[in-house]
This record gives sequence, C-alpha cells and structure tokens, in this order.
Amino acid sequence: LHFAPQTDFNVRMAGFGVKIMVLVATVLLAGRPALADVTVAVAANFATTAQKLETVFTAKTDQQVVIVTGSTGQLYAQIRNGAPYDLFLSADAARIARLETDGALRPAGRKPYALGRLVLFGNDPKLIALGLRQALQSAALRHLAVANPALAPYGAAARQVLDNLALGPELDAKLVMGANVGQAFGFVRSGNAELGLVARGQVSGNDGRWIEVPRDLYSPVRQEAGLLRDTPVSRAFFAFLDSDAARDVIRAAGYDVPACKAEPAE
Amino acid sequence: VIWASVWLSLKLAGLSTLILLVLATPLAWWLATTRARLRPVVEAITALPLVLPPTVLGFYLLILMSPEMPLGALWARLSDSTLSFSFAGLLVASVIYSLPFAVQPLQGAFQQVARGTTEAAATLGAGRWDVFLSIVMPLSRRGFLIAAVMSFAHTVGEFGVVLMVGGNIPGKTRVISIEIFNAVETLDYATAHRLSAGLLVFSFLVLTIVYLLNRQGRVQ
Repeated sequence: LHFAPQTDFNVRMAGFGVKIMVLVATVLLAGRPALADVTVAVAANFATTAQKLETVFTAKTDQQVVIVTGSTGQLYAQIRNGAPYDLFLSADAARIARLETDGALRPAGRKPYALGRLVLFGNDPKLIALGLRQALQSAALRHLAVANPALAPYGAAARQVLDNLALGPELDAKLVMGANVGQAFGFVRSGNAELGLVARGQVSGNDGRWIEVPRDLYSPVRQEAGLLRDTPVSRAFFAFLDSDAARDVIRAAGYDVPACKAEPAE
Repeated sequence: VIWASVWLSLKLAGLSTLILLVLATPLAWWLATTRARLRPVVEAITALPLVLPPTVLGFYLLILMSPEMPLGALWARLSDSTLSFSFAGLLVASVIYSLPFAVQPLQGAFQQVARGTTEAAATLGAGRWDVFLSIVMPLSRRGFLIAAVMSFAHTVGEFGVVLMVGGNIPGKTRVISIEIFNAVETLDYATAHRLSAGLLVFSFLVLTIVYLLNRQGRVQ
C-alpha cells in the first residue's frame, strides 16, 4: 500500500515519456519530401549534365525529376536490391546489359545517350603543352590519376590509352586510382597529382589545362540509359534523352551524342 | 593478391599504434593531471576524429598533403614522393584518425591512479620521471593494453580517409577495407565475403579482449 502512489507516479511519468517520443517521431516523419514524378539514378560523371537536363525537362513538361547520384557499380547494386528508381543513366554499357539479362529493364528500355571522351588534364599548362606522350614521360610527373579500371568505365578507357601508348612500367608505378573519375579529377584539381586522364565533361572552364586524347587510342565510353519502370513520365524522360534539346545540352557538356537517334523525332 | 592488402593493413595498424602510444602517453598524462583552463579545448580537439565524418578528415588531409601546400611541399622536398598516395601519408592519417582511441583509455587509467600514491612517492624523494615510470606506468598497464588494442583495431577498420587520400595503390595504400570496396563494386562477392568475415571475426575478438580486460580491472 505504501508504494502504491509512487508506482502510480512512475507509470504516469513513463506514459508521459512515451507521449513525448511519439510527438517527436510525428514531427520528424511529417516533413516528407515532395513526391517525385520520376526518379533518375545518374552515374557521378554525368550528374551536373543531368541536372541541366532536368531543368529543361521540367520547364517543358512541368514534371518533377529527382536525381540520385552514385558510382555506376553502386547504383547497379542498389537497383538489383530494389531501389525505387525509374531510370538509370549509367556510365557504361556493361551494367545496363547486365540489368537486361537480369530482367530488370522494361521492353525497348535501353539505349546510348552519350559518348564519353577522355582528356589529359593537369594544373600546369606547360606540362599539358608538351602533348600527351611527352607529358606522360616528363620527369615532372610524379602521379598520374585515373579512375580505377576495374570499377569505372573511364578508368578502363584510360587503361586502353596507357596500353596503346606502351610507355613501360615506369609510368604504371606513377598511377594513382580514384574510385571513380570524379575522384581522379579531384586528385589533380587539389594538386596531389600532376596529371590525370579524366572525362572531357569534367574539364569545362579549365582552358589551357587539358588536351584531347586521340580517339584511336581508346574506344569512347558508351554511356547507356536503362528504363527500369514503365510510367508515362519515365517513358517521357527516356524519350527526351534523344530530343534535340537534350542532345544540345549533352554536347555542350563535352560529350559526343550517339550518331543516330534510337527513336524517330517527335 | 588479397594477402598484400591484409599485410599492408596490419603494418599500417602496427606502426600507427606504436606512434600513437608514444604521442598519446604524454598528452593523456597532461590531460589527466592538468588544471589548465585550456584542458576542455584540448580534450575536444583530441575527440574530434570520433565525431567528424572521415570525409571531412580525408578532404582536409588531401588539401594539406598537396605539394602546392606548405606541409605537402616540405614533405616532397624531404623525400622524393608526395605525402598523399604514400604509406607515410596513410600513417599520418591513421594517427590522427585513431588518436582518441589511444588517448581516452590512457587518460582514464592515469586518472584512476590515486593522486595520493604519486604524492606519497614524491615526498619519499622520487623524481617525476621515477614516479611515472615505476608507479603510474605499472598501475596503468591495463589502460595501455586497451589503448593499443583499440588503436590497432580502429586503424585496421579505417576506410573513408584512406579512400580519399590513398589512391588505391596495390601494396602501398590498398588496405583491406579498400579491397573489400573494390570487390563489392566489381561484384566479386567471394573476395568480399572472405575479407569481410575475417574483419568481423577479428573485430569481435578484439572487443571481447577489451571487455575481458575491463572486467578484470573491476574485479581487482
């Protein structure tokens, strides 16, 4: 009997605590993000270009686009594990082909949207002015940044360039690898590596600090798009990638566009 | 191939632990004994790697280690390589990254050595070094052991910082966690499983040892 009021108080306090927690949880969960009309997973190298495409698409159709970025490998793994994406703009063709064999693509839901080119990028214009072969053999070169060839298509393209130039094991010893081409670019940009083989799409606004890698040294990076869910808006965005407006944006960002359109123009 | 990264991780963790014990001992002793107003600030700085995301640490280290910055330039002049993308650079990063795991157990151990004991020794004519070496150190044995084990384990588990400043060079900066990342990204789940399971067992054993040591301490 003596303890009864005390216990009652404890129970009431516990009840009060639970109420507070429910209140906090309600507040936190209430702020849900606005519903997207279409969610697009985009390989990191194409992220800024995809944002420009989004602006054009939204202006045209008034549909909201949410862009999710990551490395192609990460995004592929997320999609295979049920990530709620409608479209996937991959940095390569291999992952899209794999999704196709996995049965994750919708019918006629695969096409190239951009062809990536490789450039030699560096902080010192004098080094760049030497030209590709001489710059790579320069004594001033301590580190050459590339994307990891096993992980990133631009890394694989860089590997082709190095194999075709056949500059020997001295150059291989200077290689440093980023997890993706964005990180490889960052290694050079931050001054830690003198040169890098990176994507043309990354170096805009750095005049005099990059040169094109001759196209006979590698096959261009064929970036493909995959349609994961069939909704009117995702179909519209998928078709939009082939439109003249989209192709202009993609070209302006430093990519080539596929020679022929996959679908007839509107 | 994976053994190269296992060996590299063990070497990195071992050397980091040695350096940390040397650096953390005077720092922890100062923190445990000082009454300086500055103490909370130094404690906070020491604990920063616990709460900062590795990306912040990695980002600043990448900037600092660049040959265009004073520290990076100095290193590049002293050695013939850059600090980033080198084993030495990873060592610097690991020491910073694991600092709280060395300092905090030591500080705790030093604080438990009763002030009376050290004062008694001092009145009996023992010098400060003598007090530290023959009284504080032996009494803090467990603290040293926990600091060493935790620093080692935490460095083995390092990922984000290494990813950002390491450059993924086999035998130089490609540690276990990076190898796992590569394996997962290339869908080589067999390698990823082997290394991950190894790390899981290793970490479990380390933590069990630490808690065993802790319990023994309390029983004493």
